[in-house]
Amino acid sequence: MDLSELYRDVILDHYKTPRNFGSLDPADGAADGHNPLCGDRLHLTVQIDGDRIRDVRFEGKGCAISTASASLMTEAVKGKTRAQVARLFDDIHHVLTERDFSPSQDLGKLVALGGVREFPARVKCASLCWHTLNAALEQRERGPADQAGAAAPSISTE
Amino acid sequence: MSTPVAELGRADGRTAADYDVAAVRADFPILSRRIHGKPLAYLDSAASAQQPRSVMAAVDDYVARHHANVHRGVHTLSQEATNLFEAARETVRAFLNARSTREIVFVRGTTEAINLVAQSFGRPRLQPGDEILITGLEHHANIVPWQMLREQTGAKLIVAPIDRAGNVPIDAIESRLSARTRLVAVAHVSNALGTVLPIKDIVRVAHARSVPVLVDGAQAAPHEIVDVQALGCDFYTFSSHKVYGPTGVGVLYGREELLSEMPPWQGGGDMILSVTFDKTTYNTLPYKFEAGTPNIAGVVGLAAALRYVETLGRSKVRAHEHRLLGIASRRLQQVPGLTIVGTAPARSAVISFTVDGIHPHDLGTILDAEGVAIRTGHHCAMPVMDYFGLPATARASFGCYSSEDDIDQLLDALEKAREVFA
Repeated sequence: MDLSELYRDVILDHYKTPRNFGSLDPADGAADGHNPLCGDRLHLTVQIDGDRIRDVRFEGKGCAISTASASLMTEAVKGKTRAQVARLFDDIHHVLTERDFSPSQDLGKLVALGGVREFPARVKCASLCWHTLNAALEQRERGPADQAGAAAPSISTE
Repeated sequence: MSTPVAELGRADGRTAADYDVAAVRADFPILSRRIHGKPLAYLDSAASAQQPRSVMAAVDDYVARHHANVHRGVHTLSQEATNLFEAARETVRAFLNARSTREIVFVRGTTEAINLVAQSFGRPRLQPGDEILITGLEHHANIVPWQMLREQTGAKLIVAPIDRAGNVPIDAIESRLSARTRLVAVAHVSNALGTVLPIKDIVRVAHARSVPVLVDGAQAAPHEIVDVQALGCDFYTFSSHKVYGPTGVGVLYGREELLSEMPPWQGGGDMILSVTFDKTTYNTLPYKFEAGTPNIAGVVGLAAALRYVETLGRSKVRAHEHRLLGIASRRLQQVPGLTIVGTAPARSAVISFTVDGIHPHDLGTILDAEGVAIRTGHHCAMPVMDYFGLPATARASFGCYSSEDDIDQLLDALEKAREVFA
């Protein structure tokens, strides 16, 4: 069991200095993610041009893995279409759980999340932000976000 | 905040020199396991304690030689099983110093015991506007059954808050007793903070208003000397697996007078004297509350666990754990950025803490890689976490087999965590 596989420098960097931390106002979509098992909470807001994510931010409290994963995700999905995000999430899901997975695309810094696969209890920490992003994008498809954010969907992993 | 911690472990004024922890550890096979190549430092007994060989042997002997259904057959095995089952009830009665075995009901665990009282004691007698008083440090098992009862009856749930040290001052309880209070339900020991509540005082102020008291003893039974007559409480509950016995079995103690008045909770076999399609006559205490075939092997194992604890000596175990609690508290306070959550002067075998810049979940993973098993999260006490404004804490807890080596290993692992996150 190699901790340095889990806590790679990229992960620790994004935990200590999360990118795109905060919230967008106005937002086209928003969602809350919650992992009741460890208490992680994050609030995610997106702005969308047509089918493309123009900007995305997150805020909340979480462990190193959930915070770094959210930070890395916000960097990776900016400028991507809904379909591209779905394909990316699919690859990330395999990276988090499968040892010899060959991704269909260059995942860049996101490959650092692969260390999680040796720590099954932590996979949900890494995937929480992706589920939350999906919820925010789905909300956007259903209609404009409530300005107060009160209608933001809430997703829970356990 | 440092004074109470400094006092911990010194109150007994003696080292537990006559307590041979190495011999105790040898009774627990699992403690010789290695985790990720490291010796196991099991500091999660508050979640579930490990079992000594004598418990496994008792269960094994029961299954291998005596198993049959209880209270049913005239054949030899059924009588042997019944004898073992009822002898276990007597062991539990003596452990709690109850007046009678009629006051000892076997259930699945503390959770089921509290649900039984909520549904059998609470539901028939609560009217809309009646009140149940709990505290801010309760485990979800002593919150949710009362919320369900509230939905069913229109009663109100009143909460006596904790203070920053993790105490519930007796005034906070006394001032919330009203003419509508029908039951006080409190933990003996907080699972999240280790606070020991002053049960005798709570019983005194409640009984002064003729309000019965239920005590959730899940965290107390392994550590405190529980005498239900001295405490004066009306109900007391605990779980086998926290006191070195098997999972899936626990105990409800209830004063006979109250249990007699209560209707059965579940219907089925063994809880009846006679059944016709017109009328069923319920069995006597405690069988009225034990519908269906019970967890016989679990009950036999529980009795073996209680005998084991009595053989070690409950006051010796308590002194040993108290000493470790003091050592661990003092040493943890030296760790830069570490904050102990819950600093009540009266604490029992549990330390909750946070470390600046390291989420408890990450601590749990890193400590596990070092062979140290602790609990991280909300400890099924989310209102306690909310009060302290924390999403989670790390919790180290001790048992009769815990040693200073475990604490050394914990401190080394914490140093490792601080290196990873430096």
